Amino acid sequence: MRFGVVVFPGTWSDCDFHYVISEVIRQPVKYVWHRDRNLADLDCVVLPGGFSYGDYLRAGAVAGKSPVVEALREFVANGGYVLGSCNGFQILCEAGLLPGVLMRNECLQYRCQSTNLLVENVETPFTRGLRAGQVLTMPISHGEGKYYADAPTLAALKARQGIVFRYATVEGQVVKAANPNGSVENIAGVVNETGAVLGLMPHPERAAETAMGGTDGLLLFQSLLGTLVEDGTFLKR
Amino acid sequence: MAGTEPKVTLDLARGLGLTADEYDRIIQRLGREPSYTELGLFSALWSEHCAYKHSRVFLSRLPTRAPHLLQGPGENAGAVDIGDGWAVVFKMESHNHPSFIEPFQGAATGVGGILRDIFTMGARPIAILDSLRFGDPADAKTKHLINGVVSGISWYGNCFGCPTVGGEIAFAPEYAGNPLVNVMCVGLVRADRIHLARAEGVGNPVFYVGNKTGRDGIHGATMASATFDDEAEAKRPTVQVGDPFTEKLLLEACLEAMATGAVVGIQDMGAAGLACCTSEMPARSGTGMEVELSAVPQREEGMTPYELLLSESQERMLLVGAKGREDELRRVFAKWELDAVKIGEVTGGADLVVRHRGEEVAHVPVEALTDAPTYEKSYGPPAWLAERQALEPLCLPEPDDYGEALVRLMGSPTIASKEWAYRQYDQQVGTNTLVLPGSDAAVLRIKGTRRAIAISTDGSGRQVFLDPRRGAAMAVCEAARNVSCAGGRPLGVTDCMNFGSPERPEILWQFAEAIEGIAEACRALEVPVVGGNVSFYNETVQAKGATSPWDSSGGTAILPTPIIGVVGVLEDASRLGTQWFKAAGQRIALLGPDGVSLGGSEYLWTLHDRLAGRLAPLDLEVERRVQSAVRAAVGAGLVTAAHDCAEGGLAVTLAEGAVTGARANGGVGVGCEVTVEPGRRLDETLFGEGPSRVVVTVEPARQREFEALMAESAIPWRWIGTTGGERLIVHASGRVVVDVAVDRIEHAWRSGFERHMA
Repeated sequence: MRFGVVVFPGTWSDCDFHYVISEVIRQPVKYVWHRDRNLADLDCVVLPGGFSYGDYLRAGAVAGKSPVVEALREFVANGGYVLGSCNGFQILCEAGLLPGVLMRNECLQYRCQSTNLLVENVETPFTRGLRAGQVLTMPISHGEGKYYADAPTLAALKARQGIVFRYATVEGQVVKAANPNGSVENIAGVVNETGAVLGLMPHPERAAETAMGGTDGLLLFQSLLGTLVEDGTFLKR
Repeated sequence: MAGTEPKVTLDLARGLGLTADEYDRIIQRLGREPSYTELGLFSALWSEHCAYKHSRVFLSRLPTRAPHLLQGPGENAGAVDIGDGWAVVFKMESHNHPSFIEPFQGAATGVGGILRDIFTMGARPIAILDSLRFGDPADAKTKHLINGVVSGISWYGNCFGCPTVGGEIAFAPEYAGNPLVNVMCVGLVRADRIHLARAEGVGNPVFYVGNKTGRDGIHGATMASATFDDEAEAKRPTVQVGDPFTEKLLLEACLEAMATGAVVGIQDMGAAGLACCTSEMPARSGTGMEVELSAVPQREEGMTPYELLLSESQERMLLVGAKGREDELRRVFAKWELDAVKIGEVTGGADLVVRHRGEEVAHVPVEALTDAPTYEKSYGPPAWLAERQALEPLCLPEPDDYGEALVRLMGSPTIASKEWAYRQYDQQVGTNTLVLPGSDAAVLRIKGTRRAIAISTDGSGRQVFLDPRRGAAMAVCEAARNVSCAGGRPLGVTDCMNFGSPERPEILWQFAEAIEGIAEACRALEVPVVGGNVSFYNETVQAKGATSPWDSSGGTAILPTPIIGVVGVLEDASRLGTQWFKAAGQRIALLGPDGVSLGGSEYLWTLHDRLAGRLAPLDLEVERRVQSAVRAAVGAGLVTAAHDCAEGGLAVTLAEGAVTGARANGGVGVGCEVTVEPGRRLDETLFGEGPSRVVVTVEPARQREFEALMAESAIPWRWIGTTGGERLIVHASGRVVVDVAVDRIEHAWRSGFERHMA
């Protein structure tokens, strides 16, 4: 699978995603400059974390109008996958590729910490290697990660199983105490209607090696690649 | 233009911080009266902040040579070789004065400044550490300062994309009116790709790159060279305003420009801005420089030459390019949407010639600007010191309940968890951080190699206050010991010297003694000082509740606080040490000498409100051997934890071992049961502080191997107990003297600082 990691002015998780894709899951990967509209040779586009365009106006607002993001609609329509993490999630929401918005954390402070994520939807390309109710551990690092959607949007999101991850306790309890940013209903990640566009606030690329404290983030890539299936170790536990 | 400028007089020079002697010296060097613009240049470059007038003679005593040293003091930052073709570039700097006046921007631009010092060398910043000192966190003003400083660091570092991986925060009333904000940055670069701040090659173009120039921060360097008074608030305009997004673009653009090979030299426009760069760069190369100020990108109208030269607007660099390759450079900066404007060129003369709209406004030998007078003023120990040292802590009452005393110490803001601050910092971007904040040293892997680096900062103002020489030597030892506990071999030191006014003999004495102590320790441990920073005039008239006897001149100085940053290398990143107990049933050993003291200890301060007594003895040869033994044990995988005995002594070290890994261990601490020799008195044994001591844990199966290694290392050591259980239990003289639930200790430790900030 050919990956592209988008670089906006102010992006900083680009190198980390590039490293995981090339050195850990060993797939072809290249950087995509924010002015680039040509995504034809890619299968999956990653929108990494950072402060694109300084996050002026609102987090992700300017990047949401950038040439590369404008090209994403057609890319998705042609069967491409998009993974937006952290600032990438904010950008996807600002661009209207995902519903909802990301607001300032409820505590009004930046948060960098480990979180536990309850997996709710295992029918997406990014989560098909997981089991519903499984709990993943991944770090967050953001100041504006409080997901919000109005009641009709939220109802529609739920009706189509659009909520993929919720912040939870290590045992999988979705409770206020496990929510690091005050997001509505503890939402940490959502997909679009087709499941081909995933946005999440946590950083899967920071949980992709044992040395970095865990490998749960790799499961998203492995689901996408289907490598676990080919190995024969892919199990719906 | 000249008509609107003030007339140059001695009074004007004095107003800009120059003395009458210095003013005479300028006239002598120029053979005439300086113009207003020239006077501005001298006032900035001859400020204490830029010229180290009072400290230079002492700093020359620091050892700055080592086989692995690639760059010592005198450049934007120092550099050491870590092997496999890689070098780390690092430096620590203070931003104390701006942070007191405007904590958020002061701290933020402190981070911005040190980041630029690192990437001007061609290195990508991979780690930030902050050493912060404040007054009592229960005080509303202090809380405001802490909030501002921490959020400023968080804002700048996070947006820029460099992880904050360590540092320390400590509290003492002497810092209430003058907090310390010291920021260390470490960058990574190929050892043969280091760039220097030189203006080589006559005819080479001089580029201004980065942010536009405004009127912010004019005379920041001069402000940082004076004592605070009631007018501090009025100095807010001298504080710069940061823009981390532009800095990130500047980083990427500079590294990309350097990769083209068209960058000859480059320097950050930090203190004294353009004035500093246009004189220091040619001075280092024995060249001259001519610049035309009207070409400087400006964001305000009608700026005078004086303002353009002295502005400390952030996120700017002065770059000397290779003649003929101007367009390559312009293209890189245009890609990152930054200004890159040719403002002049390197000349064969030895003068800095500054023009504004074609008219010459300054014409000065660069050497005159960079060769500020140095002072070696008389100094001597303060009269009150002997009395402070004379207190025998054992005259004070013993605690009724040692368990309670331990819980109180664990909850003292200095010892307590600083998670409240660290969770506001991105600690992992770059995916190199193997050991997150909360252990003795941070550890970062070097991708593409098996290596890692360990980094730690330390400095106890109380110990230096009571004995500047030994206290400063102990700070070097402790920072190096922390690195050794992580498994790293110390390679270099950066020092950030925070003191009061050097014009007072007792402060200068503290400084001189501290430098000697640092020099002695560095020589013994064979680590060079690669660079650093001196921050004098950390005094204010408004500190309340300070117990120090500074009063003779109406100012209250901070505790003398040299902060030491040490970087070390691990050959094998998979063999690293962390401070917390991993599992039950492991044997606990105490390495190092018995010599401890309650003098200047956290215990004496927290339980008795005293800052007095004498420090424990320091034997640098023992220190060296203990560190070497710990590194060997960690490197051989013989120990499962290694933790330096620091603030709070042995009891706090054990308690930290029990609770600090609770999160990593899945939410539960690991208790322990140990037996100690009672010594002179139990409080001294349990809470006394002394150098060269480390607690390690060993799996029973590796006990024999460990014992053999210790015997070989020729250091004092002994087994003291075993890990396990849910309590921390200490036996002495056949009875249980401490028996506390780990949960309780953990609660005290987690809430001790955070409760003040909630």
